[in-house]
Amino acid sequence: MNDSIVPITAPQPTTRADGWRLFEVFVRPRRGLSHSHVGSIHAPDAHMALKNARDLYTRRQEGVSIWVAAASDITASSPDERDSFFEPAGDKVYRHPTFYDVPEGVQM
Amino acid sequence: MYGATFGEDESQVRETVVDTDGQARFDRLIADDSRIEPRDWMPDAYRQTVIRQIAQHAHSEIIGMQPEGNFITRAPSLRRKTILLAKVQDEAGHGQYLYSAMETLGMSRDEAMDLLHQGRHKYSSVFNYPAVTWADMGAVGWLVDGAAIVNQVALCRTSYGPYARAMIRICKEESFHQRQGYEALHVLSRGTEEQRRMCQDAINRWWWPALMMFGPPDTQSSHTAQSMQWKIKRHTNDELRQKFIDMSVSQVEVLGMTFPDPDLAWNAERGHYDYGQIDWDEMYRVVKGDGPCNTKRIEHRNQAHNEGRWVREASNANAAKQAARALGEAAA
Amino acid sequence: MTASPIATDTTKADRFEYVIRLADDALILSHRVAEWASWAPQLEEDMALANIGLDLLGQARLLLTYAGEIEGEGNTEDDLAFLREEQEFRSIWLVEEPSLHEYNKLIAQLFYFSAYYVPLLERLASSVDRTLAEIAVKSLKEARYHLEHAAGWVVRLGDGTEESRAKMQQAVDHLWPLTGDAFDVDPVVERLAATGVVPHPGTVRPVWDRTVDAVLAEATLTKPERAQRVGSGRQGLHSEHLGFVLAEMQYIHRLHPDAQW
Repeated sequence: MNDSIVPITAPQPTTRADGWRLFEVFVRPRRGLSHSHVGSIHAPDAHMALKNARDLYTRRQEGVSIWVAAASDITASSPDERDSFFEPAGDKVYRHPTFYDVPEGVQM
Repeated sequence: MYGATFGEDESQVRETVVDTDGQARFDRLIADDSRIEPRDWMPDAYRQTVIRQIAQHAHSEIIGMQPEGNFITRAPSLRRKTILLAKVQDEAGHGQYLYSAMETLGMSRDEAMDLLHQGRHKYSSVFNYPAVTWADMGAVGWLVDGAAIVNQVALCRTSYGPYARAMIRICKEESFHQRQGYEALHVLSRGTEEQRRMCQDAINRWWWPALMMFGPPDTQSSHTAQSMQWKIKRHTNDELRQKFIDMSVSQVEVLGMTFPDPDLAWNAERGHYDYGQIDWDEMYRVVKGDGPCNTKRIEHRNQAHNEGRWVREASNANAAKQAARALGEAAA
Repeated sequence: MTASPIATDTTKADRFEYVIRLADDALILSHRVAEWASWAPQLEEDMALANIGLDLLGQARLLLTYAGEIEGEGNTEDDLAFLREEQEFRSIWLVEEPSLHEYNKLIAQLFYFSAYYVPLLERLASSVDRTLAEIAVKSLKEARYHLEHAAGWVVRLGDGTEESRAKMQQAVDHLWPLTGDAFDVDPVVERLAATGVVPHPGTVRPVWDRTVDAVLAEATLTKPERAQRVGSGRQGLHSEHLGFVLAEMQYIHRLHPDAQW
């Protein structure tokens, strides 16, 4: 598994005539928050995927917006690349608010 | 059991090609009580164990829809009918969450269903018992879902990330299942003589099967050690079983009913309830396929799957047509 | 939910009659949908059908409760659901038709029903009967979803494989004769329509026709040419299927008279 560009889920795409495609589901739980990944759903097409996702992930009012994306369309970073992909950000500490001492009493 | 293993045969696991960096990272994540995520390197045996455990947990949810689904059209009040239909719907949902977690490890839902249909994957053996009266709906909700909750709360800290997250979601929904079952029995226990009799009878038939849900005793469970080491399993079978018994005794007392175990007694020294000998022969017999409803449950699943094939094929064919038309329009 | 003022005894009897018709359609159809639990072609459909079943059951409960209030004899939703016999029910034959194990039939049944129910509820939402209007508004959101779901499947199955087209056509043809009942005009409906309590079926029928034409065309199915026989469910004479539905639905409740659940 040294490919750097692989689908987020590992299973082989179904070759069966009766197998439904896999879609990943992202839900925005409340206004003001961003979409986050909650799981996956099976459906024959995107329209149905959205409806199925609604039924599965938001029937207890857990979301205001849903995105679905075919799993095969998702590109993921590989753990093998982890160090070089993410590490440079680690030594750029000036991006983090805690790096700066703010004088007492100042509201930030 | 939902998420328990029954001395599964792991001998078909392939030899892992060990990536020493990957192994070191994996070991560190486990030691740190962190989560293994889909793209992490993991020993093949770990992957196969977790796939099997999640798959069987998912199968349990969908097989569990059957005994309860049987009573929706017969529920004795419209409120109970509503609650039961909502519960069965949740179970379909839990199956979906779990299959979704399993698929991140490389087995597709279709493959897992095949293994179930062929009898090579198991499901929680408790569902091989028949649900025959309305009181069974209460007993199943209270005791079977109750036992599942004890196991599932423990699994919220399982090492595989997607599985743990699915468990957290499921646990939120599961408490309604147990409460509605207990409430249904509570009403029966305060009802007519017929209803009280029905209540006690259902408890008598579901108590031991619920205890068997936690799997074989620790002394007989050969795979517990490895699962505990990998932090797939966080507590032993006996630990969870004892916890369930301890919490259930006060609940049955409130109902004014009894469990069918003359040896059930508080042991002050241990700080737990002592209980009678479980019939392990029966447990293994039922797990292996000789329970009252094993054949029915699998045939039902097979039939539903086969009868639906033309529908799934048609929807895929239609999706392909729509995609082709969209391409054609784009080109125009 | 506040009871609307009841003007005359005739109006009371008419309103009870009408509300119980709606209630029974929803109750019996929810039964047919609920039968599919654990039998659906895909786990996702089990979920969707359970939603639809719960919606219809919820509507039935609201309507039964309201009917009981109109009647004024202290009958609860459960009394009306579990203690009436066949000839007291007012469901149309379409919802009584069994469909388990035949997904094409279920879809055709849901589609034909929802295509009528949506325009009916749209008009009921402006009924002078405030309670009925409120129930209609709430039910409308759900009914639109049911129609979208069912119509989507009619199209997927009609324009899918050769096998699915044949099966979908067969179901469309088989249920066609049962689609006329919903638009039957009898004195009860005429009186209530005249006073603005309910819409006249004549206003609902053309919408149903247009929806059915459009969806069948998109599904590459042909519209049946058989007669749409007006049945007798609204008068209490039912298909042979209803007896079996009630035997199953009412059995446990009837076995324990006066018990609480």
